[in-house]
Amino acid sequence: MNLDFGCEYNEFRAEVSDFCSEHKGVQLTGNLFGRYETIKKRRSSNSDGKTMSLAEWQILLIENGYFARNIPKQYGGYGGDLDIVKNVIINTEFSKAGIPCGTGGQGIDFLVPTLLEMGTDEQKDHYIKSALHLETIWCQGYSEPNAGSDLASLQTKGVLEGDEWVINGQKIWTSTAKYSQMMFCLVRTEPDEPKHKGISYLLIPMDTPGIEIRPLVDMTLDAGFNEVFFTDVRIPATNIVGKRGEGWLVANKTLVHERGSLGDPDKMVSRLNLLIALMKNETMDGKRIIDHPIFRDRLMKIQGKTLALKAHGLRLLSANINKGQDVDLGIMIVKLYGTEMRYELEALAIDVMGELGTLYEDSPHIRDEGSWQYAFMYYLGLIIGGGTSQIQKNIISERGLGMPRAPKIKEA
Amino acid sequence: MYFGLSEEQQLFQDSIAKYLENNVTIDAVREYANGENQKFADDIHQGLIELGINNLIIPEQYGGLGLDLLYATAVSQSLGAGIAPVPYVGSYVMAPMAIMLAGSEDQKTKYLNAISSNQLHFGFGASEYIASRENAGIVIDGNTASGRSLFVIDSLNASHFILTNMKGTIFIVSADDPNLEIVQLITIDKTSEISELILNNCKIEVLKKSINNTSIIERVVDAGRIMVASDSLGASQTMIDKSVDYSKERKQFGRVIGSFQAVKHMCAEMTANIQPCYSMIWYAAHCQDNIPEESRLMATHTKAHVSDIASSIAKTSTEVHGGMGFTDDLGLHYWFKRIGLNRQLLGGVEINREEAAKVQGF
Repeated sequence: MNLDFGCEYNEFRAEVSDFCSEHKGVQLTGNLFGRYETIKKRRSSNSDGKTMSLAEWQILLIENGYFARNIPKQYGGYGGDLDIVKNVIINTEFSKAGIPCGTGGQGIDFLVPTLLEMGTDEQKDHYIKSALHLETIWCQGYSEPNAGSDLASLQTKGVLEGDEWVINGQKIWTSTAKYSQMMFCLVRTEPDEPKHKGISYLLIPMDTPGIEIRPLVDMTLDAGFNEVFFTDVRIPATNIVGKRGEGWLVANKTLVHERGSLGDPDKMVSRLNLLIALMKNETMDGKRIIDHPIFRDRLMKIQGKTLALKAHGLRLLSANINKGQDVDLGIMIVKLYGTEMRYELEALAIDVMGELGTLYEDSPHIRDEGSWQYAFMYYLGLIIGGGTSQIQKNIISERGLGMPRAPKIKEA
Repeated sequence: MYFGLSEEQQLFQDSIAKYLENNVTIDAVREYANGENQKFADDIHQGLIELGINNLIIPEQYGGLGLDLLYATAVSQSLGAGIAPVPYVGSYVMAPMAIMLAGSEDQKTKYLNAISSNQLHFGFGASEYIASRENAGIVIDGNTASGRSLFVIDSLNASHFILTNMKGTIFIVSADDPNLEIVQLITIDKTSEISELILNNCKIEVLKKSINNTSIIERVVDAGRIMVASDSLGASQTMIDKSVDYSKERKQFGRVIGSFQAVKHMCAEMTANIQPCYSMIWYAAHCQDNIPEESRLMATHTKAHVSDIASSIAKTSTEVHGGMGFTDDLGLHYWFKRIGLNRQLLGGVEINREEAAKVQGF
């Protein structure tokens, strides 16, 4: 056991820390996705710092190597080596200083790595830089009304006519569709092949005629998702990543990435600290909630889980740095464990506030601008989205523990 | 940066696991638990001492290996996994640690060397410092002590005991003292030995540095908590492994029960819950030796959290086995009971969480 990153990183940490203090209190204008949390994060860092746009900030971060660090310069990245420790240091220092990290999103988090691995040179040139610099916002067109957990049964159809794909069908749960210029989309192009082998990964400009977007309001009352309808949408035949019928393979590379990325222990720790602050402030019959034995015990329970997750994060990080540490099961459990736990944490905050915990929007007496109520519901969404908890349990038991799949039922 | 057990620590775990697999069979444990083979536990104890479990953390100058608590934690996990019916946490971690931290040079030389060379071993009683039941407790008067200590761990054939009064003053009493009454308690877990000690003006040796310094007993208890948690971790993993294996063999409705989602999800949940416990225990152990500002918080939380997870695994894995899980034939209950005992030792979950809150000034 050795938790020291080594002295070569001390210099790097100092450098990041200098950048952070130089930009402390920076205020970012513009709100890319309309997500409540996004706005909140930006707003909470207010003080007397400089004001700049999200895109300007993003480019500044890339120039300094604090975002898109290991993406080649020719594609608009920093062009550094892949060094997980440095990424960790950047995240830690930024969060310590309370300044915003770079803006991700589905395009940057999922499409960019996919293109880097499987895109053509033209696609890389054309799409990566504009995505990183926030000139082009991307949305992900995967789920359909009848293809949720069973994603591979998707039915949106693509037919090649001359040098164009003609697309018909419907996608759902499309975050940020309203703000996006492009969609990376799974489309059934080989209807005669088995379901996993009949899908292609297509890139669709959102201003193509025949696309209709209908906002989908979720339980938080945010229109965070959309339905997207395609009627005879024509795009160039070259807008495909990988070969025809390889779309499932291409998409799965990024899904693995998504599932690993949803349980960030540092975020859980800082959320827990906000909960502790809330419990010190709120009173019941004049007594602080944190002195109330039952609430206190519940808080300690969640803190215990958080500390376990934090240590688990160190173990996964170590496996990333050192060859040969077996953490397959450890990775598989992160989405399930992280989202379920986060929901429990938010739920405790609601109970801490009692009746006040039911206030919403801009109600009088609302605490922390309603962020607890919002997150309480939002994280229920995350338990379901990106592979439900039940799907995660199938993955853990089947792939992790080698338990047999359920026998297939013949379709009626 | 490397987080986890070293290759050497894993190899040592493997050697203990192999020894226990060959020698601590369910049949042997059952025989012992039924009082039919008292020699069994002694033999296993000797076998494990030959592997070196008794002198891990004792400094080399006193005949030990001078290893850290993480190493001791790795060993504890293997003992729990293999349901070893031997003294460990009290005898070979808490007792030497107390002597190292609070003993005089003479005491260290005398007792640590004796532990290293397997000439004596200690039982350990700290329950009354943590939370006294039945108003038990010990009063020290100069070089004598009187009172009661309930739930003294590792008392099997102990030659000496280390006890504490309610102020955290630590002292040694000999098992031969004519004024000491040792009452063997019978717990659900027949693989652990727990006793009540009744002292009536017993002659004692105080470990003087512990006088008016509760930080020593706290450190010793915290180390013990991590060891007990690790024992439960090992026991829990064994229960999960047995559940997964069983579910791949047992057939109902024409298919193995492991193909039913209801069963798969039970196994997945147990796995999801136990995985972070490994990291938590290792980190907590590392903190004891290297990150003092987090050591108390991590020890208390680890004991509470792992106990909760282990208890739920004990229940769920028994359920995966259906009716067989409830039988003595299968013997799964030995792990269930070990986890049940561990949960209460050195403070139950509520006590540990309350301490964790206090450590943070809440």
